[in-house]
Amino acid sequence: MSISPADFEFMRRFVLERSAIVLDESKQYLVETRLETLLRTEGSSESPSTLIAKLRAAPTGALADKVVDAMTTNETSFFRDLHPFDALRRDVLPELIQRNAADRSLSIWCGAASSGQEPFTIAMTILEGFPQIAGWKLKFVATDISHEMLARCREGRYSQLEVNRGLPAPLLVKYFDRDGLHWRIKDSLRRMVEFRELNLVGSWPMLPALDIVFLRNVLIYFDAPTKQKIFARIHKAMKPDGYLFLGAAESTLGYSEAFERAKVGATHCFRPRATVSSPSGS
Amino acid sequence: MKAIIIDDSRAVRSMLKRMLVGLGFETTEAGDGQQALDRLAENPDLGLALVDWNMPVMNGYEFIKAVRADSSWNHMKIIMVTTETEIVKMMAALNAGADEWVMKPFTAEVIAEKIRLSGIKTI
Repeated sequence: MSISPADFEFMRRFVLERSAIVLDESKQYLVETRLETLLRTEGSSESPSTLIAKLRAAPTGALADKVVDAMTTNETSFFRDLHPFDALRRDVLPELIQRNAADRSLSIWCGAASSGQEPFTIAMTILEGFPQIAGWKLKFVATDISHEMLARCREGRYSQLEVNRGLPAPLLVKYFDRDGLHWRIKDSLRRMVEFRELNLVGSWPMLPALDIVFLRNVLIYFDAPTKQKIFARIHKAMKPDGYLFLGAAESTLGYSEAFERAKVGATHCFRPRATVSSPSGS
Repeated sequence: MKAIIIDDSRAVRSMLKRMLVGLGFETTEAGDGQQALDRLAENPDLGLALVDWNMPVMNGYEFIKAVRADSSWNHMKIIMVTTETEIVKMMAALNAGADEWVMKPFTAEVIAEKIRLSGIKTI
């Protein structure tokens, strides 16, 4: 059942205010399907329009939280796009491990953890290729705006279809246990990552000075001024010689002068510039 | 590239065939492991095998062991496509020389990703 233009406009404003995510005209279908899925999950026989009417009457509270969760969930998979993880394994981690050898520490932030596949892929890449950092101080924080997604991350439980997607079979047998019809990440891997709630446009909790930032396929939902603010905050949180990974179609270009694009293996990432010229010249 | 689809279910074979043709493969088929070994002898240019575990005459695990015992087939990638989800079986197949494992049910996207993970470039 399709929602009215007025309802779609309300949802656009609602999602923008609550998460700063911009839904353009083409996203009406997405709003409808996500709301229908939410209603089904809740065992409700109501229509999306009735749900939106309730939301208009009570735009904050448990229902509103669930709708924000449903609207901000993104599709993901283990080793999504492959190249960033190849770049980590072949170039970025060897360099950082050599550079940080004196204080034996490494800090990573994954800023759109979604259902956890990306942070766990990074954790597997570290364990597989760099067992020598077992005794290091590893600070690995993964954040997401959605409570439901964070609960899934902490549980580390995936369906058969999810572990079929992109995850090499040798890693499945090494890092997962069968759990009925599902698969559960082994504790040794799950404990490597600390999951926290973070709204990219809200206040940020203390993050360690970051060597590696993954913020892939989430900035596409934000408007230009919001992207500028987020890049400025990431720059502040990163070490001067850190690495920022964005989605394949994303760039700092046009939003931040503080980063430069750098080719790493078959992909590219963004690195803080040594000196940044002020646009006002002051 | 040429691929062989080994499954005792004609419906599964035809579904996998559609997916492989969509990825640019030429395909041949076999209903069990022994038939597949016969096809291999006739088609030395096969580069990929999708193989089920449970089949009459010769199962997929025995097929993998037979193929990997012959070094002239080292170049061929083998992906198990099966309803089996036992870790012990999965480890046995990987140790015997399977390159990847797909659990049924699957989508065309899963098959494409697993073929790429096995090291084959697809369209």
